[in-house]
Amino acid sequence: MHLTKEEEKILDGEEGEVLERLFRLLVRLGDIYGAEKMIPVGSVQVAGVSYKSVGDPGLAFLEDMASKGAKVKVLTYLNPAGMDLENWEKLGFPKDFAKNQIRVMDAFKKMGIVITSTCTPYLAGNLPRFREHIAWSESSAVSFSNSVIGARTNREGGPSALAAALCGRTPNYGLHLWEKRQPTVKINVDVNLDFSSDFGALGYFVGKQVKNKIPYFTGIKDANTDQLKALGAAMAASGAVALYHAENLTPEADLVEKNGLETINVSKKELDETYEKLNSGKDPDIVILGCPHASLREISTLADKLKGKHLKKPVWICTSRMMKEAADRMGFTEIIEKAGGNIVADTCMVVSPIERMGYKTTGVNSGKAANYLPGFCKQDVVFANIDKLVEGQA
Amino acid sequence: MKGRMISPGTAEGVAIVSTEPIGFYGGIDIKTGIVIEKDHPLEGKSVKDKILVFPCGKGSTVGSYVIYGIKKNGVAPAGIVNKETETIVATGAILAGIPCVDQIDIEKIKDGDMVLLDADNALVTVQ
Repeated sequence: MHLTKEEEKILDGEEGEVLERLFRLLVRLGDIYGAEKMIPVGSVQVAGVSYKSVGDPGLAFLEDMASKGAKVKVLTYLNPAGMDLENWEKLGFPKDFAKNQIRVMDAFKKMGIVITSTCTPYLAGNLPRFREHIAWSESSAVSFSNSVIGARTNREGGPSALAAALCGRTPNYGLHLWEKRQPTVKINVDVNLDFSSDFGALGYFVGKQVKNKIPYFTGIKDANTDQLKALGAAMAASGAVALYHAENLTPEADLVEKNGLETINVSKKELDETYEKLNSGKDPDIVILGCPHASLREISTLADKLKGKHLKKPVWICTSRMMKEAADRMGFTEIIEKAGGNIVADTCMVVSPIERMGYKTTGVNSGKAANYLPGFCKQDVVFANIDKLVEGQA
Repeated sequence: MKGRMISPGTAEGVAIVSTEPIGFYGGIDIKTGIVIEKDHPLEGKSVKDKILVFPCGKGSTVGSYVIYGIKKNGVAPAGIVNKETETIVATGAILAGIPCVDQIDIEKIKDGDMVLLDADNALVTVQ
């Protein structure tokens, strides 16, 4: 790979031991994947924030870098943490967990990273433009920025994103290159998609089938950004889909080459079977919405459904601190709390220690959450649309 | 078999082979190194000290930290062999210092085979 004089100096350790080590990781990745050079990135989003995911080894790794004075060079946001950073005590997050989570956040802040913890940075003040090179790592945020916005990022691992933030660069390969953004499989959708959970089920099914391919969707009649977010998140979880195109819906769909692709048809049958497959439990102890983090529109929808109701069992909706602020102002938070629900910010069910909080069965409308909860949170899952889930808790 | 070096080093061990991709985050327990993903072909098995053979990574990008974590916790595989290593596994393997080679015809490796992994020369030998 060609390196500039300035970049050679980083490798020679002139900008310190931390940068040398991390830049070496980026050069190694660039060499493996055939990058010819490094390119500057406009922004970064770092995954590996919850203490539950990074554990003690990750915490030590981060504190070590922070203590050596490493600072980010570009706007950098964080993935969800393992708890609501302001309201954790009231929501019942364990104290020992909170102590370590706060240490993780302190280390990031010391490095100049904006400690806004969300999987939807594009809804919270980190919005790339079309064709901007970025280094993001949360898999659903990668999918959204590549597919719905048309920005360009590979699926970065937590540490490689952090390296990009501190070095301000990423190796130029993979999805940064136009020729690597062409679809490799066609998905013909022949079923009506009404709820977010329908998009989640579709995404789960397609991700399993295509693994790390680039799907081109036809037949999705309409979808708003919330639904596209649900679709991409599920595909990135059940497979490793980092980019998809959807006819008439995403910005690169008209520009890519789509002749001669293998076609997979998805009808009501496949969708129904996916719903069945994702259901491993009955009667949720808790319903958790907002995976990926809820938009204000999704919070307002829940507030409408909960208005004047009294929940027998808890309903949470997870979101970013920014959306929570808007929901507070609009009175949505009050409506949801009066009914017995909670708006939980900065975290989500997948990265929080819900299995330690006494919950065994969780109801979700997210294909991504349904994919992760059994393994990572030891939960039985009820996967259904929001209407059925809320009805069940009332 | 000759492949591509992802992360340097040499290792020897018993192969544990998955025909399905592995998502380390939520797929492998960071404390024990045991596969916990429901219905995964390796569910319930430990990757500790094995040569872990699988087609490619999948799922969450936090997987890199899980690979780093299982190494620090002493329950990591001795080496990794893939059909195609994507960035998540590559980053984890490089940071953790686990030898890793890809572009290998993994169907030629069977569960229980003794495998010699010479990542420096991108060589995988079934003994």
